[in-house]
Amino acid sequence: MHTDLARHSTRAATSARPAPRRGRLYYRWYVPYLFLLPGLALYLLWTVYPLGYQLFISFFDWRIIPGQTSEFIGLANYQRAFGDNTFWLAMRNTFGYVIVTVIGQMLIGLALAWMVNRVFVGRRFFRAVYYLPVVTSWVVVSFLFQYLFSPDASGLINFVLVDILHVLPEPVSWMANASSAWIAIYSLGIWKGIGWAMVIFLAALQGIPPELYEAAAIDGAGEWQRFVGLTLPLIRRTALFVLIALIIGGFQVFISVLLITGGGPLHRTEVALTYMYDQAFGSLRFGYGAALSYILTIVIVVISFVQMRFFGRRNDSVEY
Amino acid sequence: MLATSRSQQRTFNLVILGILLIGIVIVATPMLYMVSTAFKGSAYVQEFPPQFIPNNPTLENFQVAFNSRNFGRAFLNSAFVALSTALLVTVLASMMAYSFARFDFAGKNAIFYVLLAMLMVPGVVLIIPQFILAKNLGLLNSLPGLVLVYSAGPLAFNTFLLRGFFENLPRELEESAVIDGASPLTIFVRVMMPLALPAISTVAVFSFLGAWDEYVLALNFLTDESLRTLPIAIANFRGQHATNWGLVFAGSLTAVLPTVLLFIFFQRYFIQGLTSGAVRG
Repeated sequence: MHTDLARHSTRAATSARPAPRRGRLYYRWYVPYLFLLPGLALYLLWTVYPLGYQLFISFFDWRIIPGQTSEFIGLANYQRAFGDNTFWLAMRNTFGYVIVTVIGQMLIGLALAWMVNRVFVGRRFFRAVYYLPVVTSWVVVSFLFQYLFSPDASGLINFVLVDILHVLPEPVSWMANASSAWIAIYSLGIWKGIGWAMVIFLAALQGIPPELYEAAAIDGAGEWQRFVGLTLPLIRRTALFVLIALIIGGFQVFISVLLITGGGPLHRTEVALTYMYDQAFGSLRFGYGAALSYILTIVIVVISFVQMRFFGRRNDSVEY
Repeated sequence: MLATSRSQQRTFNLVILGILLIGIVIVATPMLYMVSTAFKGSAYVQEFPPQFIPNNPTLENFQVAFNSRNFGRAFLNSAFVALSTALLVTVLASMMAYSFARFDFAGKNAIFYVLLAMLMVPGVVLIIPQFILAKNLGLLNSLPGLVLVYSAGPLAFNTFLLRGFFENLPRELEESAVIDGASPLTIFVRVMMPLALPAISTVAVFSFLGAWDEYVLALNFLTDESLRTLPIAIANFRGQHATNWGLVFAGSLTAVLPTVLLFIFFQRYFIQGLTSGAVRG
């Protein structure tokens, strides 16, 4: 809200002056296109065109091996997807991952931001440490969590739960069944994401003028009342933004599952992208994989579209 | 009343500080444990009870990593791929952003909305067509080919980021440059780029990280062992049955170190770039 105020005042100041005629930039009609062309060409070739090409592939029993011909099979890949129990399980698992990790990241991220904003010492330190997992590669942290959740007694998580906290009677073989494997995957998702949510929330909290809190405190509002009545409404738009970004990110859960469980045991922890990947690059069913990708793309686009409408519009600028 | 509430406030703040510190321990422990494991000899990695500070710290894992399986080569490959991607994305995205921010031309809105719509499509769902396209164009097993795919993905997002930044720059400097007879290209290189340095370095850092960490495309694009990038090399250290975790994390640490350094150096820009679009009242 500070920045909005500032923007208004500069706009008022510039509009008070006569519009600058001298110094207007002259350019030939093609100049804007020259600036646009290299980037746009690359973008069209590697993202817009593949999006269309993927639809094309999904109508075929696509053969990747040279010499074999791909057969046009219409919508058969899509029909197959709707009857494929593993695919439905993967979709349910993806939704489960989104729900658990988004709620976890939002709540913990907001709580941390609020606390860091309250204490005046070491803000930069807290922010940096909580943010560190965000910049660490998914490959590395996936291996790290696999190691932390090692099945034997020497695994760090087992050691802490069994020998230090005594909440478990004996070491758990985490990856041996789906429900305990999800604990490892969920906790990685939350651990890696809270720093991001925290940084965004913290910036929003820092934008709230302290006078508002002082006024509320004089009116006798307690800590909790101030948080619910004042802070939450003021950071509503930021919260919505974080929510959308996390949901969209959550649907793309992939590397962690691929490297920690590989979708196992027996496809029980498969998510949409790992199953698509397994079908295409594992079983060489590229047509079927393309159809699965398309279904997931449509789900994500619909969800983000609904959220963007809900989120509101501000001129033509992007909200992120 | 004020006095009691002030001492209450202090206790309350101390409690909060305590919770934050516990949080730090929970968040940092996995990272620290990775560091400690990287310095453990292979005999101590599965030891019970697990040691936080290794009894006999050793550089053995790092030596094995750098002497084996093209790991040093993978580091160089990753550096090449990530630096080229960062350069390409930065240059191309700022050119596009400048065009959108300062010029009027036919089709501007149409192109803009296509890019906007594409933002909703996550890049990772495109790996099948991208793989087949690269295969048809003969770009498999080529690092420059990988750079092209890596650079294309983040272009739309970064174009929007930079466009917003360019639009908020005051026009006065450009106007005086125009009076001095500067061409659009001169203004772009000499006026806009230097002013946008904070935003541009954010773009460069994020694209570097994206390419540095990418795993699945690299795994399927590059079959030639000498072309493999770091994430693949690390994954190869994790054997099928008995994993030498010390080796895995020595490799991981080598890969993570540059990103952490980048983050520390660019922390201010990083946070600015992250929150610039997101936070409004």
